[in-house]
Amino acid sequence: MMVRRLPPTMVLALAALYSLFPVVWLLIASTKDTGDLYGTSPFAITPDALPQFITNVERLFARDDGIYLRWLGNTLLYAAGGALGATLIAGLAGYALAWFPFRGRSTVFSVILGGVMVPPAVLAVPLFLMFGKVGAANTVWAVLLPSLVSPMGVYLARTFAESAVPADLLEAARLDGAGEVGIFFRIVVRLMSPGLTTVFLFQLVTIWNNYLLPLIMLKDSDLFPVTMGLATWQAGILQDSSLNVLVIIGSLVSTVPLIVVFASLQRFWRADLAAGSVK
Amino acid sequence: MTARTARYGWAFLAPFLCLFALFFVAPIGYAGWQSLHQVRRSGLGFGGSAEVVFTGLDNYGAVLQDSAFRSALLRVVVFALIQIPVMLAVATLLAVILDSGLVWLKRLFRITIVLPYGVPAVVAALMWTNLYAPQLSPLNDLLRSDQPNLLSERWIMVAIGNVATWEFMGYFMLVLVTTLQAVPRSISEAAQVDGAGPLRIALFVKLPLLRPSLIMAITFSIIGALQLFNEPAVLRSASTAISADFTPNMYAFATTFNGAQPYLGAAQAVALAAITFALSIVFMRGTRRWSEA
Repeated sequence: MMVRRLPPTMVLALAALYSLFPVVWLLIASTKDTGDLYGTSPFAITPDALPQFITNVERLFARDDGIYLRWLGNTLLYAAGGALGATLIAGLAGYALAWFPFRGRSTVFSVILGGVMVPPAVLAVPLFLMFGKVGAANTVWAVLLPSLVSPMGVYLARTFAESAVPADLLEAARLDGAGEVGIFFRIVVRLMSPGLTTVFLFQLVTIWNNYLLPLIMLKDSDLFPVTMGLATWQAGILQDSSLNVLVIIGSLVSTVPLIVVFASLQRFWRADLAAGSVK
Repeated sequence: MTARTARYGWAFLAPFLCLFALFFVAPIGYAGWQSLHQVRRSGLGFGGSAEVVFTGLDNYGAVLQDSAFRSALLRVVVFALIQIPVMLAVATLLAVILDSGLVWLKRLFRITIVLPYGVPAVVAALMWTNLYAPQLSPLNDLLRSDQPNLLSERWIMVAIGNVATWEFMGYFMLVLVTTLQAVPRSISEAAQVDGAGPLRIALFVKLPLLRPSLIMAITFSIIGALQLFNEPAVLRSASTAISADFTPNMYAFATTFNGAQPYLGAAQAVALAAITFALSIVFMRGTRRWSEA
């Protein structure tokens, strides 16, 4: 019985190693300075790893008057702020589409569903031109506002609202005289929380991965999200090799909060919603 | 009751619909409009007036006849044909194994394999760029000196494919595992009583159950693959094998900004979106028989 477990476990272990490999490399590489990066073997840990790590972190936050911290803050705004807003808006919309019959409801839903197939890349350039016309291109809003729109989020929210909210509970609440807004925020949100968490995580990753939009919109490096900042540094390595260390340590620091968020919320993530198979 | 319901229904939908109209429908409409126009300059271009002229489908004609666009399109299609099956085959294997209950440390493996999904694409591409770079690469040590340079023209597609697989393999595994776990245990238990071992159960019970999820996964992967931008754009800083028009999306970006031809760029983006849409529909229709599980 024990022997049967070994081969499948090995396969999973291999996959886990593959997944962790770049992250482990990143951890080790971030304890080195430029000389050691090129000089020592990539998985070798130098004797002064810890002090060098601390030095690297200091250099990271000192560079260009602490622009990295600004980038982190921007990312918090765009990704977390955007995802939170998108989740609230999509949650409201999904709940409405699930529980409020009105004329034209299915048409509206079909249109939104069509939006799920549209890749963000198609929207980026016209959005840039539109924002440009009102002089808002190089601003926070240019990245934040489009991030609040998540057709996939509405689809997920509606699917979940349909199954998670019992009809009789709604009836009872309404008979008790509760207002619709109150019902939503006090009852429905709680019932829908795994679904809403899924929407939040999905939109968080979507915004994080939307490199094209900020790339097109933003000119001031003050407004860059951390992904753009790091990519800019990476492109400058040929001129300034000290940037290589910063890109590495910067990448490490930027992934930590995201990994923490993921690890803690992962349990609530209803990934089968995305597969369209919720009963 | 119905009037009240309708009012609240619209009210709750309103925030989304407003934003959707402004930041989703409007840009698409704008891109569509742009793709049907061109800028005609009179004079020598230094003081002459520029006029926006309706040119119908001319831009699309130019796009489809452009050999660079066709190469870029071919490139992402081939990429999709190889990378998607590889990634999803591995994800399916992992999902079936995880669900089989045959392994130790299930939770730990699950979290570590899904971890890459939480790393933003740009950071993932940066990490792998460093891993690929001949001077820094640990792969150098492992494979001795005649290992392939993954940033060279010959191997660059493998390099990009690897980054994409690394990023999304865990996510799809999670989707598939969650689907499997929603299946009542009684089904696989019945098969076990019939004498089926884990392998047979995996092949003949679980795989068919995964068909609908796999169809969705493939559809979304096709869209993602055809729209490829992030990974090659970042890898470009370290590889001369990637041109500015390497993928259709990169080409549209370059046309609009470096080439200062936003109307043509709009046509490229819309053409790509239309082709993506068409291929997804063809795929979904073609597999409809299988997705009705």
